[in-house]
Amino acid sequence: MSLWEYANPKKFMQTSAWVLPWVTGLAVLALLGGLVWGFFFTPDDYKQGATVKIIYLHVPAAMMAINAWAMMLVTSLIWLIRRHHVSALAARAAAPIGLTFTLIALATGAIWGQPMWGTWWAWDPRLTAFLILFLFYLGYIALWEAIEDPDTAADLTSVLCLVGSVFAVLSRYAVNFWNQGLHQGASLSLDKEENVSDVYWLPLLLCIAGFVLLFVTLVLLRTRTEIRARRLKALIARERLG
Amino acid sequence: MPDLGKYAVAVLSAYGASLVLILVLVLATIRRGARVRRQLREVEARQGREHG
Repeated sequence: MSLWEYANPKKFMQTSAWVLPWVTGLAVLALLGGLVWGFFFTPDDYKQGATVKIIYLHVPAAMMAINAWAMMLVTSLIWLIRRHHVSALAARAAAPIGLTFTLIALATGAIWGQPMWGTWWAWDPRLTAFLILFLFYLGYIALWEAIEDPDTAADLTSVLCLVGSVFAVLSRYAVNFWNQGLHQGASLSLDKEENVSDVYWLPLLLCIAGFVLLFVTLVLLRTRTEIRARRLKALIARERLG
Repeated sequence: MPDLGKYAVAVLSAYGASLVLILVLVLATIRRGARVRRQLREVEARQGREHG
C-alpha cells in the first residue's frame, strides 16, 4: 500500500471517516485532561505566580501555529510537484486552524506579557516573526478566496506558502538567531536539564498532545468539507452546461 | 477554583479568549461541513432524478 493512495479523494473520505471518531475522542480527552490538570492541580511558579498557568495554552498554540504552516508547506509542495488535489485542499483546510492558533499564541502572550514584562507587546524578534506569520495566514486565506479557478488558486497559494515558511522558521528560531529581545528561550527541550519542572512539564505535554489531536481532527473535517465543496462546484458547473 | 491572586484577571482572560476562539473555530467547521453536505446531497438528488 502506498501513501499516495490517500491522494484519491474517495480513499481519503473512507479512511478519514474511520479515523475521525477516534482522533476526536482522543483530542477531547487530552485537551480537557491537560487543561484541567494544568489549571486546577499545578502550583504557582515562584517568579510568575499564577500566570504560569497560561503556558498550557500559549506553548501548544504557538507550536501548532508553526507546525500547521509546516504541514501546509509539505502539502503545498506535494501539490506543486505531483498535482494531487487532496493535498492542496488539505493545505487550504489547515490555514484557518493555523490562523486561530497563531491568534491564541499572540493573545495569551500579550496577556501574560503585561504583568510579567510590563508591556502587552514589544518588537522583539520572535513576537514580530509571529505577527508576520499571522499576516501570512490572513493573506493565504484571502488569496484562496480571491481566485475563482481552483488550480490557479492552489498554485499561487502554494507559492505564498513557500515564502511564508521563512517566517514560520523565524517564529521558532528567532530567539536563537538574534540573542536579544524580551521573549525567553524554548520552554521544552529534548535536553532534560533545560526543561521546565516536571510538575508543569507533564500537563504541558498532555496539552500539546491535545492541540496536535485537535489540529488533526479539524484538518480531517475541513478537508472532507473541501472535497465535498469541490464536487458540489463541479456538479453545479455541469448542470449549467446542460 | 484555585487561588489566582492578583493575576486572576490575566489568567482567566487568557483561558476565556482561547476557549472562545477554539469554540468559534470548531463551530464554524461543523456548520460549514453540514451546509456543504446538505447542498451536495440536494444537487446529487436533483441530478439523479434528471438522469433517470
